[in-house]
Amino acid sequence: MLPKNWIPEWFDDWNAQHPTKNLLKPAILVGVGGTAVFAVAMFASWGNPLPNDSLQTGPRGTGMSVTKLTANLNTPDPTIADYYAEAPYEVAADEPLAKDIYENVQVLGDLTEGNFNRLMNSITLWVAPDQGCVYCHAGADEGNYAADDLYTKVVARSMIQMTQVINDDWYGHVNANAEVGVTCYTCHRGQNVPNNIWFRIAPVNEGVAGWSAVQNRVTAQSQFTSLPSDALEKYLLEYEPINVHTLQAHPVGGPSDPGASTWQNTERTYSLMNYFSNALGRNCVFCHNSRAFYDPAQVTPQWATASLGIAMVQELNNDWLVPLTDVLPEHRLGPIYADVPKVACKTCHQGYQKPLQGLNVIAEYPELAAPGAPVYD
Amino acid sequence: MADYQNIFTQVQVRGPVEMGMTTDVGTQDDRAGKGGFSTLAGWIGNAQLGPIYLGYFGVISLITGTLWLNIIGFNMLAQVGWSIPEFIRQLFWLALEPPSPQYGLRMPPLNDGGWFMIASFFLLISVMCWWARSYHLAQQHKMGKHVAWAFAAAIWLFLVLGLFRPILMGSWSEMVPYGIFPHLDWTTAFSIRYGNLYYNPFHALSIVFLYGSVLLFAMHGATILAVTRYGGDRELEQIYDRGTASERAALFWRWTMGFNATMEGIHRWAWWFAVLTPITGGIGILLTGTVVDNWFIWAQEHHFAPMYDGSYGYADYGSYEAFIGQGE
Repeated sequence: MLPKNWIPEWFDDWNAQHPTKNLLKPAILVGVGGTAVFAVAMFASWGNPLPNDSLQTGPRGTGMSVTKLTANLNTPDPTIADYYAEAPYEVAADEPLAKDIYENVQVLGDLTEGNFNRLMNSITLWVAPDQGCVYCHAGADEGNYAADDLYTKVVARSMIQMTQVINDDWYGHVNANAEVGVTCYTCHRGQNVPNNIWFRIAPVNEGVAGWSAVQNRVTAQSQFTSLPSDALEKYLLEYEPINVHTLQAHPVGGPSDPGASTWQNTERTYSLMNYFSNALGRNCVFCHNSRAFYDPAQVTPQWATASLGIAMVQELNNDWLVPLTDVLPEHRLGPIYADVPKVACKTCHQGYQKPLQGLNVIAEYPELAAPGAPVYD
Repeated sequence: MADYQNIFTQVQVRGPVEMGMTTDVGTQDDRAGKGGFSTLAGWIGNAQLGPIYLGYFGVISLITGTLWLNIIGFNMLAQVGWSIPEFIRQLFWLALEPPSPQYGLRMPPLNDGGWFMIASFFLLISVMCWWARSYHLAQQHKMGKHVAWAFAAAIWLFLVLGLFRPILMGSWSEMVPYGIFPHLDWTTAFSIRYGNLYYNPFHALSIVFLYGSVLLFAMHGATILAVTRYGGDRELEQIYDRGTASERAALFWRWTMGFNATMEGIHRWAWWFAVLTPITGGIGILLTGTVVDNWFIWAQEHHFAPMYDGSYGYADYGSYEAFIGQGE
């Protein structure tokens, strides 16, 4: 127990002479001040609760920078761990080739038996790990691999050729600043049909025509904005011009002129650019100086890589995927127009600046690096 | 002291309903409603609600404004197949869009901007009638027409966006969509299409007056609230005498920054800043697409778009591998 008069006399005296008139003010002062001190102490000792890192993409003063949470940067793409790869086998002189051993080998005939089966095994693990060989070869269990009776095999052959074309003709895009390349896994990631394909959905509104019909709805194609939902089909399938600017200060012609770029066209371009950003997990200023989006003197080298990517996607959709419309069964076609599944940036990139975060997938598969006989180093 | 530091007005006068004076033009019979009191209204203003003067202009304005809103609403509802749940779910995304560009200044089909034109026509009547009302009522009260002219400044911007500029551009498609997100999309697209509106000097002026209005509003509001304890909110008698709240407020600013507005002058500052915001903004919009097609290039030609030194691209500032935590 404390003694009765344990509090010093001066304390009681001081309190008696200074009666508390207003508790509110000191309470607010102590509360605000105390909270500030506590917050500063927490930041100083524990650091920023949401640490982030940024990558500068342009000159100082332009605000060009990509900022990401460190936690996200440090988490690798989970599909990288599931990637299967096997290095090529040594090729002996005069070794028999797949076209000599097997029937109906139209594309990969110049591979040795070991490398042919190595690639077939890899493709199975990339595209149909659950179904196995029978996903494409109906008679696999009876030893019949030659027949083309399944649509999957016909499609796979076309897709292997497409992969070779991507790695060869579009070398500048898929190996832009380091060897990366693409294999089946770049899109498929263990799925029969890649996750990030797209179908035509416009018009999205009922009872209206023109620009009213193709926008102002929450759709995946509009990236959940009210921007047009037909950007992918107009630009990546139909080759409509993406740029909307005149390169002069004063106007020539009006919005009703044929081919004029209006604010409506600008919204559609903006829709595509939103798709682009989300597909790569990057922002506008990764490629553009946002004060003059159009200006070729103020874009980054990434802009050139991306432009090449747009041209590549246009070719892939028109030359490789649309021709498969009659090959694919109904349940693989689009829900509204029965159109073929199509590719765009996200099909490969899946939210990353480089697919599989820049994993070099082509190094171990020279067979997919170009059409024709493989070149082993 | 803390009694004076409140978020809401503390005093609510309650008595018989104040029916107002009889003016030359209107009589008490012109005012609809008997009037009543609302505690909630009293917190932010006068507790008395009503009576209200409608007149011909008020009635026409309300009817045409309601038609405008309903045409938009039913068009949105039609676009989602008359589904009320979808209408609610997509409300912020939905819009009544202006015509497609190919119709120029002709009347477009109803399903491609026709309804938009009809709705816009009603909105024009509604806004103009409301303006006439603000003029007419000021006249009845033998007031200056400052409110009407300030409203006219906003209407100038409204007419530039929806009437003058589309006519100069030769297409009704240049009007602004009626929709929550869609009108914001228009704003972004409009700036990007015309080469970045930040390089439009009239846009810059409009921002100056907008932010200036905000600053003046904050200064004036704070000053008057700071002297309400001396009756500073009762402006009239304050102006005549020395030692009043009003004089303290004036001296506060003179001794703070050397200059002070007067009780009258501060309201002229506020009025002009507010009015010049849409006037300069409207000039900027009117010039866009009609006289200038790319404001950034225009700014370069007039030497006020500086170029920055330094590389474009991340390679000179870091590496992809380092950024994603792989390698050095």
